[in-house]
Amino acid sequence: MIVIKRIFRFYYEGFKSMTIGKTLWIIILIKLFVMFAVLKIFFFPNILKRNFKTDDERSNYVIEQLTNNPKK
Amino acid sequence: MEHFDLSLVNWSRAQFALTAMYHWVFVPLTLGLAFIIAFMETLYVKTGDEEWKRITKFWMTLFGINFAIGVATGIILEFEFGTNWSNYSWFVGDIFGAPLAIEGIMAFFMESTFIAVMFFGWNKVSKKFHLVSTWLVAVGANLSALWILVANGWMQYPAGMYFNPDTARNEMHNFWEVLFSPVAINKFLHTITSGYVLAAIFVIGVSAWYMLKGRNILLAKRSIIVAAVFGLVTSIFLALTGDGSAYQVAQKQPMKLAAMEGLYEGQEGAPLIVVGALTPGKQFDDDMDPYIFRIQIPKMLSFLGYRSGDAFVPGVKDLVEGGYTYVDKNGVEKVALSAEQKIERGKIAIKALADYTAAKDANDTVAVAYNRALLNDNFEYFGYGYLNNPKSIIPNVPLTFYSFHIMVALGFLFIGFFMLILYLVYFRQFKINKWILRLSILMIPLAYIASQTGWIVAEVGRQPWVIQDILPTVAAVSRIDSSAVQITFFLFFTIFTALLIAELRIMFKQIKIGSKEGDK
Repeated sequence: MIVIKRIFRFYYEGFKSMTIGKTLWIIILIKLFVMFAVLKIFFFPNILKRNFKTDDERSNYVIEQLTNNPKK
Repeated sequence: MEHFDLSLVNWSRAQFALTAMYHWVFVPLTLGLAFIIAFMETLYVKTGDEEWKRITKFWMTLFGINFAIGVATGIILEFEFGTNWSNYSWFVGDIFGAPLAIEGIMAFFMESTFIAVMFFGWNKVSKKFHLVSTWLVAVGANLSALWILVANGWMQYPAGMYFNPDTARNEMHNFWEVLFSPVAINKFLHTITSGYVLAAIFVIGVSAWYMLKGRNILLAKRSIIVAAVFGLVTSIFLALTGDGSAYQVAQKQPMKLAAMEGLYEGQEGAPLIVVGALTPGKQFDDDMDPYIFRIQIPKMLSFLGYRSGDAFVPGVKDLVEGGYTYVDKNGVEKVALSAEQKIERGKIAIKALADYTAAKDANDTVAVAYNRALLNDNFEYFGYGYLNNPKSIIPNVPLTFYSFHIMVALGFLFIGFFMLILYLVYFRQFKINKWILRLSILMIPLAYIASQTGWIVAEVGRQPWVIQDILPTVAAVSRIDSSAVQITFFLFFTIFTALLIAELRIMFKQIKIGSKEGDK
């Protein structure tokens, strides 16, 4: 518990004493928000994960794509 | 290829190139500056001189800016794999899975933990523990690059895997073959070393600006010494690893080598073009001279590519038409197939995969065994089956040629530059004239150009392949609407440009502020 407390204080005081780091953290957080909450969700779905439930279905789809010969 | 939407393929390629190139703006400085900082801090711990501590902290701030702006920009490439390149990401999944998982864990634990100690721990941990943390950040950042570059190396030379026709995935059968593939090792060493050289030039360039302004002189002089020594050693190593990379290209990707040199007709004792200009509109099967002019070193390409001045180096035409003799990876002498013959073999492999799948569904064990054997026999040409024209195997020769020659010329310029700076430091007691200081600043954008052209050679030069010989770019792309890719292309362009502007503004501001304490 003491170790966790010390680690927390280490980070807390570190972040608190930052100067330029605060601007950088704001940029990092905005960037991560745009990437994961906007781009990933609305623009970059994992097509195979979204469209198919199992790995077998994914395999079959990719084989169809690669052979250009849809499975019946 | 007629059933592929080329607009979709081209937009997907453009988007990947855009994100990869922007990502690579941030990465090399992180890789190299981390080591330069570690050397500076080592000098501080060894000498106890507080000025070294101030210098370390100053460069650490610039490192932090670059790291913060650049961090996670590579994740977008992984987003693109899942959306734009789903066939590819499924096809290679097992090969990429292990290296990328290791990269993620390593990046998270090593960089994230020790970078906090590096920035926050100055007065909270012992000097030695802090120094170890700084070194571990440098090592961690470079090891992260290792796994990504191993994955890229596998795409250039697929080793240590077999194709599973039941899952349509390549599966790793030998992790060490993937990790220690000569292409991967050379790619890793050459790429990280280019980052070291870029960082050394960055440090010298910024220090030169201080010297021009007549401020932070001690910081500038000491930084120049560390960076010039680091830069000279690593730039020589860069040239050696470049030679190693070119040797591997000659063995594994001869078309890329032919494009790098604009070599259309193969020859024994092939010369190396030092400087040259290509004839516009040159085709592989016409009689035009490939070069408008050239300065060349006789027999050097044969020597560098095959370690023999008289070795035969196939040109673009030979690689399309086949018929020349070569030694394969098992040391057996063979006659090269033409691209047309490879396309035939590739189509047999693709049909065998389709028939294998159909036979499996019909429980026809004889047909399953027959088609599996047929697929295995022809799998090395699998990707050729997606190409309908032998000319499709030729990459963009002018772009590859000029990028390669710009990269090499700048690489040698940097070696000369570091030697000049060290000469002025040690034999002229830092009497560096203003023109050389200005030149030092100009070197910074040149280092970025060299770094980017290196990737253009690697990635454009290997087209049409996304995985050498096994999967062409056209077959790797997802069947999605190309307008969606266009929208995200411009979205990324805007985001990355904003990030780059933010980085430059914060970086310039911090450089102008300089080291707060110490010398003026």
